[in-house]
Amino acid sequence: MTTTSTTLTAGGRTARPTASRTRRLLALARAETLLLVRNRAALTNALLLPVGFVGLFGLLGGVGGDGASGADVAAAVLVMLLVVALIFVVYYNLTTAYVARREDRVLQRLLTGSTTRVEALLAPALPAVVVTLAQLVLGYAAVAVVIGPPGMTNPVLLLVAVLGGAAVLGALAAATAGFSRTVESVQLTTLPVIVLVLPFAGMFPTPDVGPLSTVARFTPLHPVSELVLLGLNGTDAAGRTLSFVETFGAAALPTAVLVGWTALGILAARRGMRWAPRR
Amino acid sequence: MTYEPIVSVRGARRRYGLFEAVRGVDLDVRRGELLALLGTNGAGKTSLVELVEGLAPADAGEIRVLGHDPYRERARIVGGLGVMLQEAGFSSDLTTVETMRLWAGTLARPRPVEEVLDDLALTSRADVRVGSLSGGERRRLDLALAILGRPELLVLDEPTTGLDPESRRAVWRLVRGLLEDGVTVLLTTHYLEEAEELADRVAIMRAGRVVREGTVAEAVSAEPARIEFLPHDGPGAALTLATTDLPVLPGLVAADVERGRVRLRTTSLQEDLEVLLAWARERGLRLEELEARSASLEQAFLSLAQSADVDEEVAA
Repeated sequence: MTTTSTTLTAGGRTARPTASRTRRLLALARAETLLLVRNRAALTNALLLPVGFVGLFGLLGGVGGDGASGADVAAAVLVMLLVVALIFVVYYNLTTAYVARREDRVLQRLLTGSTTRVEALLAPALPAVVVTLAQLVLGYAAVAVVIGPPGMTNPVLLLVAVLGGAAVLGALAAATAGFSRTVESVQLTTLPVIVLVLPFAGMFPTPDVGPLSTVARFTPLHPVSELVLLGLNGTDAAGRTLSFVETFGAAALPTAVLVGWTALGILAARRGMRWAPRR
Repeated sequence: MTYEPIVSVRGARRRYGLFEAVRGVDLDVRRGELLALLGTNGAGKTSLVELVEGLAPADAGEIRVLGHDPYRERARIVGGLGVMLQEAGFSSDLTTVETMRLWAGTLARPRPVEEVLDDLALTSRADVRVGSLSGGERRRLDLALAILGRPELLVLDEPTTGLDPESRRAVWRLVRGLLEDGVTVLLTTHYLEEAEELADRVAIMRAGRVVREGTVAEAVSAEPARIEFLPHDGPGAALTLATTDLPVLPGLVAADVERGRVRLRTTSLQEDLEVLLAWARERGLRLEELEARSASLEQAFLSLAQSADVDEEVAA
């Protein structure tokens, strides 16, 4: 008996293997990468938008305020780069991809085979996360040359920021796809999340008045910028500089907020995502 | 040949809100056979087939496919199942061969992609984007994906709809080859010729129920055969007969004359034809354009469909 051939077992029942989960996911992600490369609009969103955004708002508008150190400015630029990448590369492009695969009846086809629903949603997310990580790495190299190298207190927290942010926005993308009828309508249906999340994401300083800055800390993307600042220069929300070990303690709250939003996003996706076009 | 059922459906029901699309179906598909599921549009074929594919749960009844519940234990059967939906899509920006490789990557033991492309005459279109393929080429790609994983059971929902006659025959040849290799096939179609060509057995659905099941010969055996002719006298002049002029035919169930053409329906074709020919010889008649035919599947199908209309009128 081998694991790859059809083998009879006791009772006449037959084991019928399928490809391993990893192999299946890689095959799907490979096709999604080809589709991303061939879709000019999605590719522009993925590659040019985050860089352009940083160029426009970051370098021209002045980041970090007067008297900020080079390392702080560099960190602020990377926060902006990551938040914009998460919004456009992950959230906007993934919503578009989910709607397109559903309306093309590709999801229906995938589900006739061994692909599970989770795998069908993860497949387009893999290249999006890879692109986001690559932008962060290239962005780090770029700001190191142009502005001066930011710190690297705790790289684990940077990874948590990227993966956690992608998890939240990936789940929200599936939920948003549920009420988007066409690829074109995604331009509108993604607006509420973008408008509500972006101002509080920590890219721009939140006015330090009343409960606003506290509320901001609990919005979906604010923990991402907190984690990046902790990971790079070890700067916590109060502006103190922490050691490697201390950063883990400070990361507990933003990580918990990311986990919470991911859970909410998954609930919304389970309720909202549709797998076939409306007839 | 063993009659182990690969698919066994008992009392299956499926509802959409108030509408019951599948209303208590019993059906077996035996190992190595091709069962053709026939029915008019809306008869419930696709709803039933989706239960067999495990894409939806039955509201009542028991369904076993390859020994398992196809919905709850789908992971255990999916490796042995090849599915061709009536309407499934492709990403139009992938090429034919990229689409095949993607699908092959989800399978445990895929056949070589090039070999399957060749089987479906798609080799010359391998590097063409799916968006540029013709409707027939896409349907063939659909079938290519369904057979790529060496399935034990192939479920084909209207596989040749939209194909030109030549492609249709190519698909038939391919399906026959799969049957020779021992693959079991459940196929829906509304081309009766397709069922006559391929099916070991047929099941005819009407309004959510299987109303007739058996070999093609069994399915049509209840239908009367027909005899038609244009009577002429000895010198060759056309005659118009009344039905009362005809001899007594023991199997006769219906007779009419329209513009001189005599049309008979009989349950004993051979005996009645003998009587008729003897009668014509005695009287020196010529039966021009004589036709005698056993019932066709189409005839059986149409008469079942028509009786459905009557049923529904009675019910309404």
